[in-house]
Amino acid sequence: MNSKVRDTLVEGVVPSVVALMIALVVGDILILVFGESPLAVYRLLLEGTWGNAYGLGQVLYKATTLIFTGLAVAIGVRAGLFNIAAESQLAAGGFAAAMTGLLLPATVPAVVAIPLCMLAAMAAGGLLGGVPGVLKARFGAHEVIVTIMLNFIVLALLSYLISAHFHVPESLHTEEIRTGSIPRLTAASSYFAGSAANFTIIVALIAAAAVWVLLFRTRAGYELRAVGLQPEAAEYGGVKVPSVVIRTFLISGALAGLGGINYVLGYKHYYEEGFASGAGFLGIAVALVGRSHPLGIVLSALLFATLSQGGLAVNALVPKQMVEVLQAVVIIAVMTSIPEVRRALRGARPVPAT
Amino acid sequence: MIMLAFLAQTLRIAIPYLFASAGGVISERAGLIGLTLEGYMLGAAFTAAVGSHYSGSPWIGALCGIAGGVAMAMLYAVCSLRFRANQIVVGIAINLLAIGLTRVFLRFIFDSSSNSSRVAGFGSETGGGLAALVSNPLIWLGLATVPALAWVLYRTPFGLRVRAVGEHPDAAASVGVRVNRVRYAAAALSGMLAGLGGVYLVLDQHQFTDQMTAGRGFIAIAATIFGRWDPVRVALACLLFAAAETMQIQLQGMKIVPSQFLEILPYVLTIIALAGVVGRAVPPAALGKTTEPV
Repeated sequence: MNSKVRDTLVEGVVPSVVALMIALVVGDILILVFGESPLAVYRLLLEGTWGNAYGLGQVLYKATTLIFTGLAVAIGVRAGLFNIAAESQLAAGGFAAAMTGLLLPATVPAVVAIPLCMLAAMAAGGLLGGVPGVLKARFGAHEVIVTIMLNFIVLALLSYLISAHFHVPESLHTEEIRTGSIPRLTAASSYFAGSAANFTIIVALIAAAAVWVLLFRTRAGYELRAVGLQPEAAEYGGVKVPSVVIRTFLISGALAGLGGINYVLGYKHYYEEGFASGAGFLGIAVALVGRSHPLGIVLSALLFATLSQGGLAVNALVPKQMVEVLQAVVIIAVMTSIPEVRRALRGARPVPAT
Repeated sequence: MIMLAFLAQTLRIAIPYLFASAGGVISERAGLIGLTLEGYMLGAAFTAAVGSHYSGSPWIGALCGIAGGVAMAMLYAVCSLRFRANQIVVGIAINLLAIGLTRVFLRFIFDSSSNSSRVAGFGSETGGGLAALVSNPLIWLGLATVPALAWVLYRTPFGLRVRAVGEHPDAAASVGVRVNRVRYAAAALSGMLAGLGGVYLVLDQHQFTDQMTAGRGFIAIAATIFGRWDPVRVALACLLFAAAETMQIQLQGMKIVPSQFLEILPYVLTIIALAGVVGRAVPPAALGKTTEPV
């Protein structure tokens, strides 16, 4: 193996592994604070997730949404951009899918209705993604602040639309869609009975593959990565940086928006306020631990979904909120170890503390 | 009389914004992105509740709150300065960490998943009128923060250094300023100030509730940007946002404007300011750029 390939691999994998180990140690400490045995807690966590059909189904369901938001964040990171608004794009995508499913007559067959709902979800998410894209490309407005502010704005407006116009009385959700539902995995194998896992996971895997092709096998993806590595050099090389910025945000928003179908078409068959809650920020964690590579994202989405679901399983012994702490620790540890690993690879001594 | 009630409520809402955005100004002027304000506030609110719970004294509670805010800020500073981790991502993680840790220890200390027990605080518990308001020392401290911060930032050697490391760290380093030391100090101040915002919430409401900061740290960062990183303008932005919120609360019963429309006002204004429709908001030049050799 030539040393460059090896370095890339080390830089890609080591920070994530280090981060998981640090999280494990912090997890142990927290578990001990609560006077429980770490081994017992971790065993319960595994039994409650991968150890039974329902748990595994829930993990797959949660991972599906996280693959979408993880991809959305990752494609931005590859272009040197941060999309912090995946949560609201996800929510808007789900809302658009639900509205489409409600507007279409029940007679429209699923093969037509599902793609239409998916298109609506992507369009809604993409449109929202376009806002920070345009504001960045046209006015230089920092996309992080814009996306954070947009999150609040879009979620508040969706909340208004639901509470003032579209909710079923005494609830915060819409009516059930008339057509366009995606079947549960139970339909293929009774193994997953009762869990929310549905065929959206296939869409998620296709999306991951498509992002891989886009990033590493197309001219557009090459330009996108060039902008991420060194915008000035990319510009000098003939890349139109502003249009790459806008394009990246459109795709990122569309990916997050498409994720909305997992809940709306695949699980509940209606839009409900708050269904996207937290999935955007977790998408950042998924993208970083997966090192913004589609394969890494699928794996880290499974990991974070296991943690989320596992929190419920261990709640009898330690507070389920412990996994929230672990998720934050993983992000911090990955981010602090990336520059360290890079420096170690370059053979440079670490910068002394000041 | 209605006017007076309006002003009192606006002030009450504005105080945590004043504290937190003062923390935002000092942090961002030194080059550290202030996305962590929410986490500082929440962490400090919790440690303040714990301190007040065990000591029975709101003053001890306030000190514990400040310690909690500074501790969160130091974690952020070490990650972004010593380890040169990406400030945005670490900042978001710090906020998630604050939510997670406060929830875990809420269960551990108060055996509840929603709120702490009642703790000693300032002022009357039911909110009360103007009298209760003026008896709360944190109100006065919050108001005093504004001129104090302006004085420190523009009239003291420390303030000059803060502005220098936020704009031209290399130039500051070349004349002997210890860039990271100034940034650590600014981060600590930021944690203390934003922390006081959280302390105010707990001691005013006499208990800690899960996620009680409810996005106030983000409103504060919006005010920091909308006020263009200047202490006085930022304070005015806080008052403006607080007035909008008061209006939202008072109009709620009347159904004239949907409450969500007023709720989003600070965020819309901030985006407009960033896009430069009326005078462009230009951040400190070195904001977020700690990955470069210092």
